[in-house]
Amino acid sequence: MSETDRTYGPAALAGASEGTGGVSRRRFLTGIAGTACSVALLGMGLTLYSRSASTTAPNAIRPPGALDEDGFLASCVRCGLCVRDCPYDTLKLAQLGEAVAASGTPYFIAREIPCEMCDPIYCVLACPTGALDPALTDIDEARMGLAVVVDQETCLAFQGMRCEVCFHVCPVKGDAITLEQRHDRRTGVTSSFVPVVHSDACTGCGKCEHACITEEAAIKVMPTHLAKGHLGEHYRFGWIEQQRAGGEMLAPYDKEHEFHLPEGVRYEWFGEGLIIDDPGVPAEPPPADPIDTLNEGLEGLDGGTR
Amino acid sequence: MAGHDKTKPFHPGASAVEQFGWLRAHRFLLLRRLCQAGVIGLFLLGPLAGIWIVKGNIASSLTLEFLPLTDPYILLQSIFARHWPEATGFIGAAIVLVFYLLVGGRAYCSWVCPINPVTDAAAWLRRRLRVTSKTSLHRNFRYWILGLTLVLGTATGMMMWEPVNPVTTVFRGLVFGMATATWLVLLAIFLFDTFLARRGWCGHLCPVGAFYSLPGLVSPVRVSAVQRDRCDNCMDCYAVCPEPQVISPALKPKGSNDKGPMIVSPNCTNCGRCIDVCSKDVFAFRIRHPGHSPSHHQQPATTTEVSS
Repeated sequence: MSETDRTYGPAALAGASEGTGGVSRRRFLTGIAGTACSVALLGMGLTLYSRSASTTAPNAIRPPGALDEDGFLASCVRCGLCVRDCPYDTLKLAQLGEAVAASGTPYFIAREIPCEMCDPIYCVLACPTGALDPALTDIDEARMGLAVVVDQETCLAFQGMRCEVCFHVCPVKGDAITLEQRHDRRTGVTSSFVPVVHSDACTGCGKCEHACITEEAAIKVMPTHLAKGHLGEHYRFGWIEQQRAGGEMLAPYDKEHEFHLPEGVRYEWFGEGLIIDDPGVPAEPPPADPIDTLNEGLEGLDGGTR
Repeated sequence: MAGHDKTKPFHPGASAVEQFGWLRAHRFLLLRRLCQAGVIGLFLLGPLAGIWIVKGNIASSLTLEFLPLTDPYILLQSIFARHWPEATGFIGAAIVLVFYLLVGGRAYCSWVCPINPVTDAAAWLRRRLRVTSKTSLHRNFRYWILGLTLVLGTATGMMMWEPVNPVTTVFRGLVFGMATATWLVLLAIFLFDTFLARRGWCGHLCPVGAFYSLPGLVSPVRVSAVQRDRCDNCMDCYAVCPEPQVISPALKPKGSNDKGPMIVSPNCTNCGRCIDVCSKDVFAFRIRHPGHSPSHHQQPATTTEVSS
């Protein structure tokens, strides 16, 4: 029975649940075809929209314990209970039309308010559906994203300055971010201490990005799939495989490799490395007083000797 | 037929106001608005006044740190999207489902849903402007959409209605902050209902209502045309009813099709507006006794008066 014909008049009084005896075959068939077409179109529209509206911005980080993005969009009911239980107002719900994350789903922007890594993890405890995995009980095991030093040209540590703010604010300091000593080629004599992020310990809390003192953060936390490379299943690091095999290389050394090495220099495969056969002049031990080394060759000049 | 004068604005319920006074002729409307505002108010008490009685939103909530409630349709979308929710979600959905099994599934639509005041307003404006555009949409189209959202969920592994669901989007907006886009969605529904299709959204398209009609198949709280012999065919109830097709089988059955005065269609939203506007006091809320065959309804003993 079609709605279009129903008015408030006698047609309505005729009742709504009687059979379809009065409907012609043509109307019945066009009705079915129309419905099928509308449903198909709607399905396409819904699918396209949901796909396009479900991409997350690179700076939008999901709460701790969030399932991977596909699982999250299947499980998050967008109730905001995690947002309500977040003691630091870190989490927000994406709004309709906001190109940051799927409408109504929780996220945070580390540069604004990072995750303070609560223990217990209140947002995970609040989630009624398991979109935030209740198996996550140790916040250090969270992998919300991965910090990356995105700009070595502005990171102060890379310029040889002692910044180290990201290193010091890191909640898993020393594991997720370490400082690596490097020769500073600008000064030639000093060292720089550059931050290095380790993906096996970084929780993606974003405190480093939040604390970075440059105008635009030089270290940023990103969704892991954007930040992390992947070697490929076929790829093996020989030295790791060697360790795994108990020190044996997987393939035997059946051929000595030819290198274009200077005369008197050769390469030893079994751990020795580069060998210089005849160093010629035996090296003298350095003088006890380093000043002597600096003043070497200046002995004849005025004031050069003491 | 005692139709209305087509040259004057049509005011369904005017004679009821005359008969019983304004307040009584609007009691269920007022109660519903109070209920809708109360639900939103409870959720807003936390963020606005710091009184956390209820947290979350209409999709899933926690009351007094104890009572979990989850929308069963959203949970169903999640299951169809191949995610098995945690127990809290299931418990919450079960409580909600039991509640609507009792009070009538689509009572959700008329007493809780935040879209309802908008589509009610559109229906009112449509009557005032005498818009008569007809829709080719079938009232069953919403069940196709309901099925589509679930099947597509399995195909794509995502919840398919929640990205666009105006019900949850608007409620979430009211509690967590309205985006411009959300206002536009509301406006679109308002204009659609006013000018394109009478009761177009709630009555034809919305799969949330379609889902909630299902528990209404068995729910005991029903509207009944208990005094249908007093009907003077003024048509006011048809004019205000969001699902007017549900009235006829109860009020004006054709001969052998008489299944009694109780409105048994699961799409009756139990809004009670027909009770409000009827100057002849035809309608009342009644209890449908479980296990009772509808063909025996005529005996007065099978219904219990809960409202007059």
